[in-house]
Amino acid sequence: SARSSWRSEKSLLRQSRALSIGVLPDGVDRTSEAYEANSKVMEGLISELQSHIRKVMAGGGAEAVKRNRSRNKLLPRERIDLLIDPGSSFLELSQLAGHELYEDKLPAAGIVTGIGTVHGRLCMFVANDPTVKGGTYYPITVKKHLRAQEIAAKCKLPCIYLVDSGGAFLPKQAEVFPDKENFGRIFYNQATMSAEGIPQIALVLGSCTAGGAYIPAMADESVMVKGNGTIFLAGPPLVKAATGEEVSAEDLGGAVVHCKTSGVSDYFALDELHGLAIGRNIVKNLHMAAKPGNDVVQQAAREYKEPLYDVNELRSIALADLKQSFDIRSVIARIVDGSEFDEFKKLYGTTLVTGFARIHGQPVGIIGNNGILFNESALKGAHFIELCAQRKIPLIFLQNITGFMVGSKSEANGIAKSGAKMVMAVSCAKVPKVTVIVGGSFGAGNYAMCGRAYSPDFMFLWPNARISVMGGAQAAGVLSQIEKANKKKLGVQWTKEEEEAFKTKVVEAYEKEGSPYYSTARLWDDGIIDPADTRRVLALSVSAALNRPSEDTKFGVFRM
Amino acid sequence: FSSSSAEKLSRPIEKILIANRGEIACRIIRTAKRLGIRTVAVYSDADRDALHVKSADEAVHIGPPPARSSYLKATTILDAAFRTGAQAIHPGYGFLSESAEFAQLCEDKGLTFIGPPASAIRDMGDKSASKRIMGAAGVPLVPGYHGSEQDIELMKAEADKIGYPVIIKPTHGGGGKGMRIVNSADEFIEAFLGAQREAAASFGINTILLEKYITQPRHIEVQVFGDKHGNVLHLYERDCSVQRRHQKIIEEAPAPNVMNDFRSHLGEAAVSAAKAVNYHNAGTVEFIVDTASGKFYFMEMNTRLQVEHPVTEMVVGQDLVEWQIRVANGEPLPINQSEVPLSGHAFEARIYAENVPRGFLPATGVLHHYQPVDVSSTVRVETGVVEGDTVSMHYDPMIAKLVVWGENRDAALVKMKDCLSRFQVAGLPTNINFILQLANHWAFQQGIVETHFIERYRDELFVDPSNSDLAKQSYNAARHVAALLAACLLEKERSNGPLSIWYTHPPFRVHNLATRTIEFEWVSEYDLNNESKLTLSVTYQPDGRYLIETGEECPGLIVQAAQLGSGCFRVEADGISSDVNVAIYTKDQIANLHIWTGQHHHQFKQRLGMELADDDGSLDKPRLESTSHPPGTVAAPMAGLVVKVLLQNDTKVEKGQPVLVMEAMKMEHVVKAPCSGKVSSLQVSAGQQVADSSALFKVKEEAS
Repeated sequence: SARSSWRSEKSLLRQSRALSIGVLPDGVDRTSEAYEANSKVMEGLISELQSHIRKVMAGGGAEAVKRNRSRNKLLPRERIDLLIDPGSSFLELSQLAGHELYEDKLPAAGIVTGIGTVHGRLCMFVANDPTVKGGTYYPITVKKHLRAQEIAAKCKLPCIYLVDSGGAFLPKQAEVFPDKENFGRIFYNQATMSAEGIPQIALVLGSCTAGGAYIPAMADESVMVKGNGTIFLAGPPLVKAATGEEVSAEDLGGAVVHCKTSGVSDYFALDELHGLAIGRNIVKNLHMAAKPGNDVVQQAAREYKEPLYDVNELRSIALADLKQSFDIRSVIARIVDGSEFDEFKKLYGTTLVTGFARIHGQPVGIIGNNGILFNESALKGAHFIELCAQRKIPLIFLQNITGFMVGSKSEANGIAKSGAKMVMAVSCAKVPKVTVIVGGSFGAGNYAMCGRAYSPDFMFLWPNARISVMGGAQAAGVLSQIEKANKKKLGVQWTKEEEEAFKTKVVEAYEKEGSPYYSTARLWDDGIIDPADTRRVLALSVSAALNRPSEDTKFGVFRM
Repeated sequence: FSSSSAEKLSRPIEKILIANRGEIACRIIRTAKRLGIRTVAVYSDADRDALHVKSADEAVHIGPPPARSSYLKATTILDAAFRTGAQAIHPGYGFLSESAEFAQLCEDKGLTFIGPPASAIRDMGDKSASKRIMGAAGVPLVPGYHGSEQDIELMKAEADKIGYPVIIKPTHGGGGKGMRIVNSADEFIEAFLGAQREAAASFGINTILLEKYITQPRHIEVQVFGDKHGNVLHLYERDCSVQRRHQKIIEEAPAPNVMNDFRSHLGEAAVSAAKAVNYHNAGTVEFIVDTASGKFYFMEMNTRLQVEHPVTEMVVGQDLVEWQIRVANGEPLPINQSEVPLSGHAFEARIYAENVPRGFLPATGVLHHYQPVDVSSTVRVETGVVEGDTVSMHYDPMIAKLVVWGENRDAALVKMKDCLSRFQVAGLPTNINFILQLANHWAFQQGIVETHFIERYRDELFVDPSNSDLAKQSYNAARHVAALLAACLLEKERSNGPLSIWYTHPPFRVHNLATRTIEFEWVSEYDLNNESKLTLSVTYQPDGRYLIETGEECPGLIVQAAQLGSGCFRVEADGISSDVNVAIYTKDQIANLHIWTGQHHHQFKQRLGMELADDDGSLDKPRLESTSHPPGTVAAPMAGLVVKVLLQNDTKVEKGQPVLVMEAMKMEHVVKAPCSGKVSSLQVSAGQQVADSSALFKVKEEAS
């Protein structure tokens, strides 16, 4: 019997081997110096990040928050918490937008945006923060609002605007008002989304002045809170100046006026809680369930396995020194279900890792960098994107890329042509795309790996990320050579010290502008995330992007 | 017609009609089923879906809910027996069980009445006759004077003979009117004259009787049983001293702190009492025991199976309903006196729907949640209701009897307390917590019981709502329990939530922990008018536990909950994990939340949704002033026809009072007074067509 049990063990072993095809190994040496160093550096980066976030979460400061409370108003995140389904998740976007962008502190750009569910229906929330500069729109506020609308339009998410804003920030009107992607675009988006059947819902919880008045006015349905909500094109002071009429804000544009007389608003709420409850009811009655393939809750209702390895170890895998390299598979092993990754073309073009996996049950195709892109890697990438586009599988890009291979051999092999194929494939693929920069993002590598310009549905950064057209040192080298040549033409002498100082300046500028904070402050991404949250953020992003019906892809002309 | 009545009698009972309802009907059905006897239930409209109806093989509707039109209607019940072919009727307790006429009627109609002979019921039903018979049979009676000679000197001599304290009672009337307790001889004359005056004034008859007044009485009763062959035995005694509103709440067998020879004297006296009226079937002889002197006196005999019979069954190991049926069949008693065992100790707690803080007033309502303890060979739950049933005003509000047995009194008491704390009832107030309080009382634990027990220890048994220390203490306990409850609710929500990445646990936030606020109203059991609001702030911890803060001065509690079964959770808080049970039911947009933890049961309420009144008045102001009308004018809200004018000029009106009715677009619209005052300038009349915004009337505000 000992023998038979030994035999059954052996067959079990064979069986489990057969089942474990595609299960990634751990891939992390916890005893290595690099592991320790990375952990330490990342620890510092995360605590820095968290200290910035804490300030953002505090909104416009204790005094403003207190004033807000005294008016029986909640803070924007509290409002959202009451709107979304109890105990459900909320994917907040671009928390650090506006970070060190203006002289004034503008936490979260004065507007909270994100995705959550109401009665099982995914919605985009856009909530002014009245404690930040009275909820007025700085240029970056407009940009963040528009980005939220862009996502909503793309993912077909009903929009819920929690309006409490003094309108455009007048001192910066030139950057807020006139251009295409400025304030007016908000209402244009509302109109075009409404036309597409994407519900536009406004909850007027505070002031809604001037241009802001169009948010509820342009909405499909709007709610006003008695006492706090006001809508008017011009406030009482302006009215007095213009016509001499003296009128209170409530009588000029309060909930009673607009729900009873003007018809600008549809639902009268006694207080904020009532207003939020009405907001939930409006979503309940959208009846979008009637649209096929549009129920996010069902869509993601599959059983799934957690990864075999600790997601928190992603904090130690992320590189402190971007010149070092690491196997992207150790990241993939920590974000996909059961650490199961079925690699495509594993032996070909090995600097690009491609393969199929699932995240929280949702099938995805993953493309990750394991070094410089060569001809073969780019062709493999293009091939894999074509596969996913044909099968309607969402794509995840894990960027850690210094660029395409340069040099005569590479050029002669047509690296530009191969790169172009991958860029063509990335640009045209109509499947959901989510990009995470887990290290460097330089040059055309950024393009081929679905950088911001390629409109991924979502894009996030790790705190160690760096984005620029090239590395600081390389740029300094290139620029100093050009400068040197110019000086030479003019016959000016350039000392070694002067050249070094020039180079240092360039490196410093690149260092600053390549920082994730510089990027996220300007909304070049949708937020910096804790590496340990990568799996959750990807899962939610993919799910949100899958909210739209799948589309067929039509590629452009591939240069052969 | 083919069978003679002799044949009928010789045949054992094969089908019984139970002329009762509730737990006792279910109890009888259970034994009948075990014996292979078919059962017929009867029911009123109120009991159409009751457990006893469902448990019986057949059921017959006998009338509307009031007992006098259904369960007390002898002819209807007999008719039901004939229609279903039942040969015997078991009356249970209450209703017709002690009606000699009914017993006689059964016998006359050829049905077996499962109970004593009608003559015994009659004899024992008459209080003074029964005392006379008992006195003749040598059963001790409370010393007293019941003579018609009312001479004051004679009465005084009688009182002296009885020995003080003596109670003076008018022979007629009741309600304590004219009653006097006389503690010594020199108080007698005055008290006697006072009682006479009061009796004359209240009842018109001033005849007085005297009895020994027993200051610390115990209520001890003996279960007796007789067969139709003249054998009578007793099955030991029960102590039913602890009472409220003259109704028992806890009974036990055997009586505590009783010597064995007292026990056998009591038993012998009870057997003599039964024999004196040629008793057969189950009966109970009640005695009053003077704890001061150790003497016992005959009170009355209950000629039926009693509510508390199960405690006797538990200590003697017999099924008394089975005995009743066998005796009714003419069988001799299965054992004789010397063979009656006495083993261990049993308690019965009567669980009532009642309002303890409001003087034990009976309560009615729906048993929204009802989960009695699990039964075993040592735990019985006698109940006639199931979850969802209504405890109505028509019948006794008893929900269940909890009967437990232990090797000795202490063991049984421990078990009873445990069972009580696990006995879950929600939807209506019950006395469970109060019985627990009683069972935990030191005097009860020691078996020092008497009929004034609750009165005597009132201060220790009832929470004084004005005691602020206690109030604070119980409030803090409620806060702790509220935190546990919140964790259970969140856990329940989590496990019932949709299987989607948007509803994972804990909910995801970017660089943040999800938080939420939960509000409860705590319903304090002993202070029904006081509901205090609890606001709990919950923070989802990354490991799935909950940080629950219940107030600023109270440290946050990390709570973890796991659902074990429907309503049952394992909760860990502050390093202690324990099982808790939660029941939720919704009524009038309010969730009623009940939680049982350890020995405690707490109740909370949670408002679901909000009152979605669209209108707080600010919307509905009629258009008072438009520029063309003087102030105070009420203008037509639309063009339409005036259908009715309800008031005239110079009539006083309250704000909001309808003044006239208009009709437009086939809809009626009531025009109301915008403020209080006097109606004036009423310019329209019924049948008149008015234009939009035209003046209808004015209301002049009156200077007050």
